Amino acid sequence: MVCTRRSWSDLAGTVSVRLGFNRNRYLVAPGLYAVGAPDRSAPVLVTANYKLSFDTLRFALPGRHIWLLVLDTCGINVWCAAGKGTFSTQELVFRVEASGLAKLVDHRRLIVPQLGATGISALQVKEQSGFSIQFGPLRASDIAAWFDNGKREIEGMRDVTFSLKERAELIPVEFHLALKSMWWLFPLLFIISGIGPDLQITARLMSRGMWMIVALLAGTGAGIILVPLLLPWLPGRAFALKGAIAGLLCGLFLIFMTETGLRLPELLALLGIVVVMSSYLGMNFTGSTPYTSPTGVEWEMKRAIPAQFSLLVGALMLWVGTPLVLT
Amino acid sequence: MKDLRYIDGVTSLSLDRSVCIGCKMCSQVCPQAVFSYHAGKASIEDGDGCMECGACGVNCPVGALSVNPGVG
Repeated sequence: MVCTRRSWSDLAGTVSVRLGFNRNRYLVAPGLYAVGAPDRSAPVLVTANYKLSFDTLRFALPGRHIWLLVLDTCGINVWCAAGKGTFSTQELVFRVEASGLAKLVDHRRLIVPQLGATGISALQVKEQSGFSIQFGPLRASDIAAWFDNGKREIEGMRDVTFSLKERAELIPVEFHLALKSMWWLFPLLFIISGIGPDLQITARLMSRGMWMIVALLAGTGAGIILVPLLLPWLPGRAFALKGAIAGLLCGLFLIFMTETGLRLPELLALLGIVVVMSSYLGMNFTGSTPYTSPTGVEWEMKRAIPAQFSLLVGALMLWVGTPLVLT
Repeated sequence: MKDLRYIDGVTSLSLDRSVCIGCKMCSQVCPQAVFSYHAGKASIEDGDGCMECGACGVNCPVGALSVNPGVG
């Protein structure tokens, strides 16, 4: 028996997972669950054992009597697990068998979320388990309306969206992941900023070093906050380009709105760093968007990575070279 | 997706209309509204909207669709 109302601990768990903590271990036990008091004719919904997926689904079913068949996807959501092969034909057939579902219901029908179709072949499940599959709506929040409409979709239920709210929800976890993989850039570039012709290292760290940190933060913010929020309005299709433009805006704002006391080549170097950082992180965001094709990402990376690398090398040469050459 | 568009002209999706039986499974599973139906068979209406998730290829009962899905 599962509850269809959200508790405070569910809410706290959701917030912490969205922030990126404990995200890979937020799961429920696989198997068969009862929502309400399902009988032998009650529908069977299939889902993943990521607790956010399980919660979203059960909270969308208040007052209904339904069986939930939870597959073991190692705590990964339906779509990603389907793409990676754990929300699969094989696992579904196994779970139907292991749960003894055939002894609990008279019908032989399963409702699989539409995004699970990447991993589940309806034809093969039917052949191997005797259960036929109907692909339900894409979003759990549409499931009640879909049932009430006689298990037929209403306009828009089949299409994935990427609204401002959906994009904003990704920001905390993107931040967490970026800092985890790129934190070393901050101390490294800070220390490099101290290089110069004399022993005034502390003075250079206090001015150039600090501004380098500011530039890195600006680049991170542009790539991780501005790119998702301004996605439809940033020009271009390629995310590396969108990121570069967001970085350029942030970098120019930084240079013109603050009194850095730095020289022109140094300012250009900082601008380059902000643009590279934002462009790279923007490109990285393709992995979290629901409309980018792998072939497109490959096309973009082949062109963007050499450009980003050249700009990075150029900016660093300008940054380190300026105090050595100009006195 | 109608409002957000990615790189055009690169998708690996292809459909063999001569094999298609018009069961409409592909449009049931497609999250990007790529397919439409003409003369009882599927056709690729918006190939540039395809994100290569692979759901149509996995669920086409006659193997009329091929797509090279990535991981994710």
